[in-house]
Amino acid sequence: MSEIIPIGPYHPLQEEPEFFKLHVEGERVTKLDIEIGYNHRGIEKLAESKSWDQVVFLVERICGICSTSHPAASVNAMEDAAGINAPERAQFIRMIVCELERIHSHLLWLGLAGHFIGYNTVWMWSWKYREIVCDVLEKISGNRQSYAMFKAGGVRRDILDEDIPWIRSSVDKLIPALDLFKGAVMDDPVIHARTKGIGILTEEMAKAYCVVGPTARASNVAIDVRRDDPYFLYDQVDFDVIVLGGGDVFDKAAVRILEMYESVKIIKQSLDLMKPGIVDLHIKEIPPGEGIGRAEAPRGEVYHYCLSDGSNFPARYKVRAPSYVNIFSNEVACIGQQVADAALVLAAVDPCYCCTERLIVVDNDTNKTREIKGNALIQLSHQRTEEIKKSLGIS
Amino acid sequence: MNLKMKALTKSPWVYHLSTGSCNNCDIEILDCLTPRFDLERFGIQLVGSPRHADALLVTGNMTLKSMPRALEVYNQMPKPGVVIAIGTCSLGHGIFDGSYICPKTVDEVLPVDIYIPGCPPKPEAIIAGVAKLLNKLAGK
Amino acid sequence: MKWPDIEKKIKEKFGKQILKWAEHNERRIYADIPLPLLKEFVQFLLGPLKGRFIIASGVDTPRGVIEILYHFDFYQLPQVFSLRVMVDKKNPKVESLAGVSKAIEWIEREIHELLGIEFTGHPDMRHLILPDDWPEGNYPLRRDQ
Ligand code: SF4
Repeated sequence: MSEIIPIGPYHPLQEEPEFFKLHVEGERVTKLDIEIGYNHRGIEKLAESKSWDQVVFLVERICGICSTSHPAASVNAMEDAAGINAPERAQFIRMIVCELERIHSHLLWLGLAGHFIGYNTVWMWSWKYREIVCDVLEKISGNRQSYAMFKAGGVRRDILDEDIPWIRSSVDKLIPALDLFKGAVMDDPVIHARTKGIGILTEEMAKAYCVVGPTARASNVAIDVRRDDPYFLYDQVDFDVIVLGGGDVFDKAAVRILEMYESVKIIKQSLDLMKPGIVDLHIKEIPPGEGIGRAEAPRGEVYHYCLSDGSNFPARYKVRAPSYVNIFSNEVACIGQQVADAALVLAAVDPCYCCTERLIVVDNDTNKTREIKGNALIQLSHQRTEEIKKSLGIS
Repeated sequence: MNLKMKALTKSPWVYHLSTGSCNNCDIEILDCLTPRFDLERFGIQLVGSPRHADALLVTGNMTLKSMPRALEVYNQMPKPGVVIAIGTCSLGHGIFDGSYICPKTVDEVLPVDIYIPGCPPKPEAIIAGVAKLLNKLAGK
Repeated sequence: MKWPDIEKKIKEKFGKQILKWAEHNERRIYADIPLPLLKEFVQFLLGPLKGRFIIASGVDTPRGVIEILYHFDFYQLPQVFSLRVMVDKKNPKVESLAGVSKAIEWIEREIHELLGIEFTGHPDMRHLILPDDWPEGNYPLRRDQ
């Protein structure tokens, strides 16, 4: 049984630990079995025993990396059920927190992807700049993660006016860092060789598997809840939805890097547009009815459905996280890849990683099971980078 | 202090085991290794296999599905070794109390030596906790 | 295609068979349909109308039926369209839609283990998120559990 521990030293970033079984012929992957559920904590059932206010805290703890997208979708659902809108200032504060989180999540992914292909410097650098974002979030909310900012009908804390210049200058500091990453990733021949044309998810397949977020946008499926179904006040700010057509690992990385610039844009506009005012409506109860809330998390669309029977507790609470659909699409993206690339492909949808930690390789010829541990897999991946470096004449 | 204990308290290698966490604790553990906090200057290093580890960092609720795997990992760790529970989830159940899928707490499954509370604990808290444990083991 | 066109097409094709049409607001539309119509309806939404399947939620009600809501959107449009079917708790059988769209495969497995609904014709009804040795007949999201 031990081969199924999906937990990793270097990428313990699992939203949902999964276990993949790769079937290979020689070095090519022919089939992939996915098993999830190690992290199933029964949140939907628990939500029925928490009051509406507590549900927001609970869904915040579904995933630590998207720890504000779930509350965002959740308050959207509750406000939809109650038919109210939060005050304007609260909406802008929500947007600032959401976009800060998108930057921190993408930087985190970039670092781990760098680690996967053997560029530990990228890892250290991106996590170093991530600290800037964490500091801003700490200033706003008091915590580096799990911000506890949202509630139905508003936010729990206001942003102090005297903090705004500091927030602005901190966010400005991110731009040179992003330029650095853009240059490093977009122009590096080794990264090109490792990621271009690898793990392609075609547009047709992306639609068949209904993938969302950067995974979909890298496959030419232009969906983004912020633009399509504007929540908060996303319709009042100006930003681009980044769509690329390649569907490979490189495009998935590029979409994420370019998106961070847009997030910086949104944060600055929100700071400009924010006017003094109240931030909370002090909602007492949610009337009977149904509500649907959507939000664009760093990984794609988060979808919440709540059913109220007029009591203090939800009668039913349903959550759909973006990785739920994105991970499943690995079933096609992995086929035909080399084993050494598999880790990267599985990681490219940003599945909250730990999944890739342990794979069982079933060799079809001999029908023997070779077990490859996560580390060995990363080593394979590193070796491949070295080979490419040699063939390109770089050392 | 015997030789084994001495080896344990110098440059402990840690293995990180998530048993159903929300990631925040895990991110903060990783954060300890990155440039701002840089635990490696004390010789603390994350390793890829429990067989090389001196300490287990356990995060998260113990879900039914990960319980047997957690025990397995603990048994693979060479003894003496320490188990460090990080985050409110692994101290009790935290916010997930009463869930049908987590009947036991971490310390009912594994012998926990030190608890670091917080949801998630800040990197400073994690470092302080580990330092305290090492001091205690060293008999200071 | 904008939402009014989609709505017209849906009503043209299934108009009389729709049990209830409710607009919570202009972006959130719910339709109750009879169970036997489900497959044809979903095929119509995903095929000619170019919809996108989001997720399905199963809800156990005190009325002795289990509701399943299938949520759809239409790529760039803000509308979310939810189809609701009622499943009898005594005979919880629904025709599987896994053949219609790949994306429905996992959620059917999940509803199966959490609410105990059998999806006839599903290719792979193993446990998805609960452990393999989870007791038979114990469905965590049922009200009587
Ligand atoms: S203690 Fe808090 S931050 Fe840590 S895993 Fe549990 S819920 Fe997440």
